[in-house]
Amino acid sequence: MLTGLNLSILIFASEGGGTIIDVNPGVIFWTVVTFVILMFILKKVAWKPILTALDQRETLIRESLEKAENAKEEAEKILLKNQEMLAKADEESKKLVNKSREYANGLKEQMLKESKEQAQKIVNDATLEIERQREAAFEELKSQVAEIAVHAAEKILRENLNMETQKKIADNFINEITKN
Amino acid sequence: MINTLQDTVAVADTVHKSEGGSGWILDHVLDSHKIDFEPFGSINLPHLSLFGLDISITKHIFFSWIVALILIVLLVVVAKSYKKSLIPKGITNLFELIIIFVRDEIVKPTIGKGYEYFLPFHLTIFFFVLLSNLFGLIPYSTTVTSNIAVTAALAGISFVAIQFGGIRSNGFFGYFKGLIPSGMPALLLIIIIPLEILGLFTKPFALCIRLFANMIAGHVVILSLIGLIFIFKAFVYVVAPVAVGFALFIYLLEILVALIQAYIFTMLTALFIGMAVHQEH
Repeated sequence: MLTGLNLSILIFASEGGGTIIDVNPGVIFWTVVTFVILMFILKKVAWKPILTALDQRETLIRESLEKAENAKEEAEKILLKNQEMLAKADEESKKLVNKSREYANGLKEQMLKESKEQAQKIVNDATLEIERQREAAFEELKSQVAEIAVHAAEKILRENLNMETQKKIADNFINEITKN
Repeated sequence: MINTLQDTVAVADTVHKSEGGSGWILDHVLDSHKIDFEPFGSINLPHLSLFGLDISITKHIFFSWIVALILIVLLVVVAKSYKKSLIPKGITNLFELIIIFVRDEIVKPTIGKGYEYFLPFHLTIFFFVLLSNLFGLIPYSTTVTSNIAVTAALAGISFVAIQFGGIRSNGFFGYFKGLIPSGMPALLLIIIIPLEILGLFTKPFALCIRLFANMIAGHVVILSLIGLIFIFKAFVYVVAPVAVGFALFIYLLEILVALIQAYIFTMLTALFIGMAVHQEH
């Protein structure tokens, strides 16, 4: 029942005798007015701030990306530099170690040589001293032999010189010498 | 007492109008001086006139104002959201998508250098046409852009914008001289000049008719399909599902058409402005 009522309203309730291509000047007027006002209002309150914000954001993004790129490059450069420095330091330390080793070796060699020399010198000195001592002892011995010889001669002269005694003396003397 | 009077009028009306079987479709898509909320009643709109011109507020004007108001409110919200943060959120995402689309896909490639100046105009055109088109899909509402006077006004604004853009970048005489291809024999000019002048007007005329026809067609088709149900009253259980199904299909198609027509209107306006600005092409 209700649908029937609605139906009749829908189908038969046409109003004016207008057609779809009737151009109403009043509508044109109002549309132009509405559109122009809308455009100016929107331009002021919407488009300008929105477009500015979009531009800002785009600039921000571009700058951030550029900054990041730069930072990356910088970091890579620093890394390279650090590696270089590290390598240099490594080389330096190696060189230093080598140098000190060389120095130590040199020192060792020198010390060894010096001590050898010292030892040699000490040995030489000792040899000389021994030689000297021996010579001195020999000299003393020589003088003692001479003295003994003089003593023996004196003794011979004091005793009566006979054949027998002479022989005896000589034997004694020889014995004395061989004893010494 | 009043009821009886209204009933009498209604009956008289019905009898008067029953001659045209399709009158109700026209009644639905045509402009009127009242906003119908059948079956709840209707609101009569004021009659106005200015210097003898009838500038009464009609249904379509009323709805174009609603469209404009909604646009202002929504876009102010969007603009405000950018003040808080440059990162879009919620509704801002949707609007930003459309705004960037209009800027980068429509205005920038067609107008090229100096497109920024025309951007607010194109954005307004796009959003106004789009929302007007979509508004027609809401029950009790009406499609503002299915009124030929509205599309004519929009096309007229485009026409002014095209000429303005051309004159702005080429100078008044430079622009009109640039309309005629150089190196034309004098004899041909007699034909070329009227043709070019005609061409200036056919472009916006085509804009006007295209938008109007596309927007009204969908509605007429939907209403015709619904009308089928009442014509084939006897087979209502057979016809109704089919008709409603097709009407739903057309309705969904209308959403696509609304988007496409808004795009085409803006795109062509931008293209014509681009052509007027860069006449060397």
